[in-house]
Amino acid sequence: MSDIALGAPAAPATGRRKTAGSFGDRLFAGLCLSAGILVLLTLGGIIVTLFIGGLPAFRHFGLDFLISTRWDPVEGREEFGAFVSVFGTVITSVLAIIFAVPVAFGIAYFLTELAPQWLRRPVGIAIELLAAIPSIIYGMWGLFVLVPFVQMNIQLTFGEALGAIPLVGFLFASNSFAGTSIFTASLVLAIMILPFIAATMRDVFEQVPPVYKESAYGLGATRWEVVRGVVVPYTRISVVGGIMLGLGRALGETMAVTFVIGNANRMPTSIFDPSTTIASVIAMEFPESLAGSLQQSALFAIGFLLFVISFVVLATSRWLLRSRLKG
Amino acid sequence: MNRRSLLIASGLAAASPLLGRPAFAQQAQITGAGATFPRPLYERWAQAAREATGVQLNYQSIGSGGGINQITARTVDFGASDAPLSAEQLNERKLMQFPTVLGSVVLSANLPGVADNALRLTPEIVADIFLGKLTRWNDPRIAEVNREIRIPNLPIGPCYRADGSGTTWVFTTYLSRVSEEWKSGPGAGTSIRWPVGNGARGNEGVSNIIRNTPGAIGYIENAYAVVNRMATTQLRNKSGRFVRPEPPAFNAAAAAADWTVPNFAADTINLDGENVWPITSPTYILLPVNPPAEKVEASRNTMRFFDWTFRNGSEIASRLEYIPLPASAHDLIRKGWGQHVRTPSGEAVWTA
Repeated sequence: MSDIALGAPAAPATGRRKTAGSFGDRLFAGLCLSAGILVLLTLGGIIVTLFIGGLPAFRHFGLDFLISTRWDPVEGREEFGAFVSVFGTVITSVLAIIFAVPVAFGIAYFLTELAPQWLRRPVGIAIELLAAIPSIIYGMWGLFVLVPFVQMNIQLTFGEALGAIPLVGFLFASNSFAGTSIFTASLVLAIMILPFIAATMRDVFEQVPPVYKESAYGLGATRWEVVRGVVVPYTRISVVGGIMLGLGRALGETMAVTFVIGNANRMPTSIFDPSTTIASVIAMEFPESLAGSLQQSALFAIGFLLFVISFVVLATSRWLLRSRLKG
Repeated sequence: MNRRSLLIASGLAAASPLLGRPAFAQQAQITGAGATFPRPLYERWAQAAREATGVQLNYQSIGSGGGINQITARTVDFGASDAPLSAEQLNERKLMQFPTVLGSVVLSANLPGVADNALRLTPEIVADIFLGKLTRWNDPRIAEVNREIRIPNLPIGPCYRADGSGTTWVFTTYLSRVSEEWKSGPGAGTSIRWPVGNGARGNEGVSNIIRNTPGAIGYIENAYAVVNRMATTQLRNKSGRFVRPEPPAFNAAAAAADWTVPNFAADTINLDGENVWPITSPTYILLPVNPPAEKVEASRNTMRFFDWTFRNGSEIASRLEYIPLPASAHDLIRKGWGQHVRTPSGEAVWTA
């Protein structure tokens, strides 16, 4: 865009208008540039603040901070290890993706291939509305509706049967019956990120040139064969990019997760065990941590780790989506 | 009041310090920040004291840790903390502390068929539950002290406050007192490393888990438990008696405490006495001992406010399920104000 704006003065024009125009152009370009730099400075400032805040913890614990599973804020024997919260963050987000992607695919497929024209808009808008619900609402709803549901209808009903499965049974066997667990947190997250993934999938499915699909139909392919053989291969990378966007949101989600995950800084052995995430540890412990304490520094440090994880995920999604974003 | 008279009024209010008229000087504002536990009480006291003393209190319940940080930075007139600061911490920050009321922590369990306050627990049982060593309610050790009632055969689901809180500090301090294993294991603090159980945010979160989960047990503020009609339990105190979590037991704890200790850091946890409820704790106010010249008035008003609450606020406190301090403690606190808080020129701020 800026190339065009800067190139304009070179075009033949009358003298007076040209000078006034070029000044305006330069002013505008300057303002836009400073707006762009402001974003970079803010981003850089946040990274630096988090890093400096976390430095005492990084120094004190070294590499152990990343791999230790002990998080002990008791005064006099502080010991902080980020592994449990990092693990909890990643595992809930990945499970959420596993729950959300098939449903999102179904929604996108329905909206682009099956739904009658008059139904496409209302359903599309409903999906986008789902994305507009504040996360605290998901948290409350999760706590009062989903937690008892998981407790009564999933964990107590199937939990023992699932726990008896050889080899993987331990993943479902838990001594915690409160219903707040990794599984519940993943469910809430899945519902929260569903609209993002579904909307991205629908958009990229719509971008498939109709001539490809019609050729496939012309060869006698069924709808499913068209989607599997034409639509998905054509959009594969963009779909993965959309999933990564959802993953980015799931990683940083705070309130909704805090309400339903059980906030236990212990290594979980089952998906029905309580655990914790980086964002919820910070939300829970930051208000009571003393300024300058090792605890506060450790909270900054895990904040920095979350930033790094989210950055990697978002950068990957941008990279995968680059062709689509260029249009 | 229309807009113009509002403007005039606010103009007068802004100009009043310049005019120095006593009538206006009485509309003094003080700001405090800190513990969430005494918030309902301080707000109620603020309402009642505004007319009586002319001091208007603006209290922000941002948590004890936040209160300590804010008063250390001197952005408020007083801080509030559930846990007392050590003598060193007070010295370093140039603060004095004094208690206002006591709060108590009670245990609440969801056991279908067991009446409120019927379940009896001993300190050892409580510690072992939260250590994860007792896992079922029909354990013989629990049955032994509960011969009169039938306890359902359920798994025990301990739950705790996940957010850093004074309630957790009080409860874990109690556990550290009654169990060597707890002391050398999880320890005491505003947030600790729990060996088992589910964490939730706030009293409401813990209560929600207890209500939803048969077999769950957790600790909550007594005030919250009473208002929300949570089923509580009896607990055996240091004298070996089972006591119910009720006002006489709480007041017995306030009376049994020794308020003459330095910095008023009276130990009210696991006190001796027949009727004493073992898990109570004072909540504290933190006051700078060296207010700068422009803050002397606010410092004095803070003391005036709490002086008023000591004289007239006990009934309000009891009604809100807080435990008022005995009058002897009030006198000691007033003496403490006079001794510690000095103006820049070295005079006592509190002279009453």
